[in-house]
Amino acid sequence: MKIKAIATLLCAAALPATADEAPRVDTTGWFENPSKLDQVEGEDIYNAICAACHMPNGKGAVGAGMYPALAGNENLLGADYPIYVIVNGLRGMPALGGQLDDEQVAAVVNYIRTGFGNEWSEDPATAETVAASR
Amino acid sequence: MLPNEAGISRRALLSMIGTAAGSAVMYGAMSKMGLAQESTWTGRLDLQGDPKGASVLILGAGLAGMTAAFELRNAGYTVKVLEYRKKAGGRCWTLRSGDTYTELGGFTQQVDFAEGNYINPGPWRIPSDHFAVLDYCKRFGVELEPFQQVNYNAYVHDTNAFDGKPQRFKEIDADFRGGVSELLAKVADQGMLDQMVTEEDAEILVSALKGWGVLDDDLEYVTGEASSSHRGWKVPEGGGTTGKPVPSEITPLSVILQSGLWSKISGGHHLHMQTTMFQPKGGMDMVARGFEGEVGDLITYGAKVTRIENTETGVRATWIPSEGEGEETVEEADYCICTIPFSVLGQIETNFSSRMTGIIQNMPYYSATKVGLEFKRRFWEEDEHIYGGISYTNLPISQISYPSTGYFSDGPGVLLGAYVWGAYSYQFNALPGEQRVEKALEYGAQIHPQYHDEFKTGVGVGWHRVPWSLGCFGQWKDRDADYMDACQMDGRTLMAGEHISYLPAWMEGAILSSIDAVKRLHETVTAT
Repeated sequence: MKIKAIATLLCAAALPATADEAPRVDTTGWFENPSKLDQVEGEDIYNAICAACHMPNGKGAVGAGMYPALAGNENLLGADYPIYVIVNGLRGMPALGGQLDDEQVAAVVNYIRTGFGNEWSEDPATAETVAASR
Repeated sequence: MLPNEAGISRRALLSMIGTAAGSAVMYGAMSKMGLAQESTWTGRLDLQGDPKGASVLILGAGLAGMTAAFELRNAGYTVKVLEYRKKAGGRCWTLRSGDTYTELGGFTQQVDFAEGNYINPGPWRIPSDHFAVLDYCKRFGVELEPFQQVNYNAYVHDTNAFDGKPQRFKEIDADFRGGVSELLAKVADQGMLDQMVTEEDAEILVSALKGWGVLDDDLEYVTGEASSSHRGWKVPEGGGTTGKPVPSEITPLSVILQSGLWSKISGGHHLHMQTTMFQPKGGMDMVARGFEGEVGDLITYGAKVTRIENTETGVRATWIPSEGEGEETVEEADYCICTIPFSVLGQIETNFSSRMTGIIQNMPYYSATKVGLEFKRRFWEEDEHIYGGISYTNLPISQISYPSTGYFSDGPGVLLGAYVWGAYSYQFNALPGEQRVEKALEYGAQIHPQYHDEFKTGVGVGWHRVPWSLGCFGQWKDRDADYMDACQMDGRTLMAGEHISYLPAWMEGAILSSIDAVKRLHETVTAT
């Protein structure tokens, strides 16, 4: 796409790379819907929404407060807890149940339980288990 | 409900206004009828009474914290402020040429704007009914200039309307008003509102709508001099031999309705968006600097609070350096005003009551994104005669705001190239800063094709990655149930900040909540 190519070139010139430069993100299919997330696959959903806080590598971040790492996070041992948190929010984290449907919540829960080196694939979330938690 | 002199109940009138013209107009009407107030600010604090040597520890050097510091020291208290950042202001913040911004995750952006150019990632406009902010600015010598909210020559845009071509605000505004006026005037003229208004009022209404909507004698909104004098001409009025103007074609009401663009012309009706609005010269953090000039000597910077304890006789807070290694330091005071956002406070160890803890841990923080774009020249002024104000779009950038200063100057200018909430902002925030800028360019170029040739540099701030707030502003899940309890003194600690106000996200809310906390703290101290 021409506009994007020009913009990329200009940005590369204007914003010099630093050691802390974030990895580029594939935004195919993003920004299609003003009120919902359109991504279907767990990894795509994670990259389009969760990564803002839990970071692209799932390691979370620390400032005045913190975002918990998902990598190695034993709260993900079962699917119920992440389903609940994503649908309802927790502390500073907004509820995302309105922007993600049951299939999407299940997909991203299964992604974070098996991504970032996590190996919790048993009893995966399903649209049915998500619906039951709403 | 008592009917007024015209024979219609106040509720019926309000309901009619609300139905006909949107809730913003309704709120304005309520204000005139004495039901709504602009601000609870009642003038400068003059705290009488001996604070008896009491000390107050203030957590956070944003506007709420610095307001408390200023007022409490004036009243004779011993005050100390702890601030996580290296500078004061919190979310009252400006990024300008030469700045480096590192967000959560360690991702860093350099701000390469030309000298004097800036973007306000947080608050960026001050309503003229926010009396407390305005008064502190006056007191601290913060110079204010007009902020253009509404610009009739800016655009309203929807990718699904008018073949995706941006429309001038004034055209949609005039045609929507004209079309609606025509309908209502005809209905009233035909006596069809007799159940709702008196005959006399119906006549006045028809006359008013005729002027308001620039209708002709047949009560129709038509292409001609009257409509063009509002929406603009095809060939404008001039002088001499080419002076005679040519009217522009009106757009029929049904097209306006189907376009959805009527939804993008009423922002300036909102109480806090009404002309006149202000901004500080040089960037919003001039407000923070104004406060810092007064109370900066009370602030310990780079202090990350890790524990807050109410004790039998006071408050004890523990902090560590925000960066690098360092010892814990313990501060003790008789009272505490805590302005730390609940998004952060909910992660700090405290011994607050279970009620207060529950409220703190039940407040999510909104997602928002702003992108500042610098262009080599002010093409919006030079090519399109747009001087300040805002264009609105259904594109993911949501709006483009043009600078309210530096008009007609040569050289680079900075636009607010995206101001985004909701699902789109989550996606913006999940991108690296460089890609936020790219997306703002990609979408904004659909409104201003000059973007392609004129872009110079940009910076994008995703609020969920802002290290000191973890979001834009606090969202009450059940404000009616929780708000007053959050205002109560918990042990020796009072909460303040925009979240403890009915003006969420506004600087006025932060300051008013702080003034209220200071008053109540002082009442407690002087009463014992």
